[in-house]
Amino acid sequence: MGSDCSSVVAEELHVLAVDDSLVDRKVIERLLKISSCKVTAVESGRRALQYLGLDGEKSSVGFDGLKVNLIMTDYSMPGMTGYELLKKIKSSSNLREIPVVIMSSEKVLARIDRCLEEGAQEFLVKPVNRSDVKRLRDIILQGYENDENKGSQKRKLQDLSPTSCFARDLTPLKSASASASSQQSCLKRPRL
Amino acid sequence: MEVVGQLQKQYVDFITSLFREAYLDDQYVQLQKLQDDSNPEFVVEVVSIFFEDSEKLLNDLASSLLVSISLFWVFILCLRPSLLLMVVLFFLLFLFQLYSQQQVVDFKKVDGYVHQFKGSSSSVGAQRVKNACVTLRNFCEEKNLDGCSRYLNLVKQEFYLVKNKLETLLRVSITLW
Repeated sequence: MGSDCSSVVAEELHVLAVDDSLVDRKVIERLLKISSCKVTAVESGRRALQYLGLDGEKSSVGFDGLKVNLIMTDYSMPGMTGYELLKKIKSSSNLREIPVVIMSSEKVLARIDRCLEEGAQEFLVKPVNRSDVKRLRDIILQGYENDENKGSQKRKLQDLSPTSCFARDLTPLKSASASASSQQSCLKRPRL
Repeated sequence: MEVVGQLQKQYVDFITSLFREAYLDDQYVQLQKLQDDSNPEFVVEVVSIFFEDSEKLLNDLASSLLVSISLFWVFILCLRPSLLLMVVLFFLLFLFQLYSQQQVVDFKKVDGYVHQFKGSSSSVGAQRVKNACVTLRNFCEEKNLDGCSRYLNLVKQEFYLVKNKLETLLRVSITLW
């Protein structure tokens, strides 16, 4: 990862959306674009891993240069489920910091628990709406802002020289959001 | 332009009735809100994809519930049995077919298709279709072939109904705006 002194995160997040349903991909794509996010939509977990450069084929073509800030994946997909994709991402040292949101039309408590325990940022019940997306976007951007503030404090403390542009580690918000969401569509538990 | 005004009113009345009769739900409104000048065809595009996907799913569903044992019947006829024997054989075969159909149908596969259909109809706001899918899934879970066949017909019916209405709706809205 290259080093970058300036604020890396512009107002636009890059979201990787994974869903086997074309209808749902179209809708989530539009939802994200209208919320000022860049979107890459793929139809399977395998494709998602290929895009993220994790498919085991060490083709260093990898990403198309755009770093992914958020992954939104459907739960029930043929081949690799969203849960399996989540596990693969969280077990990768490169990618585990990327927040992963699971979407499902079924509100199964055991499923939700499993996903959150595996490190999912959130579990959204479909159909996902605009306010869900907006909330996600705000949470993630807030996370970057917090990191940046932390970073600038460090600079003051250590009195760094101009040459030390440290590598930006785009770690999103780690602490559990305390927001008791009144929205029925979102279920979240504090991560231990 | 009075004609346009009248058409607009008819459009509003029509779409209101669709919501009232639960053909469409709030998700359709959400889709409309996602449409703007930068993407003026959004609703038509999504709905068209839904139609295409659904036709395919309905075909897959129909064939996955179908078990073809008709050849047995032909065989029996070829034996030219006596009338009594024919009646007995038909009866036995009928029972056999009932039994084997239960075993041969892959309910998990059927459930998978219905789940997909439920998802896509929910994403476009086709409420009645979605609800019919939910009931159909229950029959799948019970491995109730008869229930599945009946409800598949209902799902199909609801789909074609809402398809018809949406096509009308979209045609009119394109003309008017």
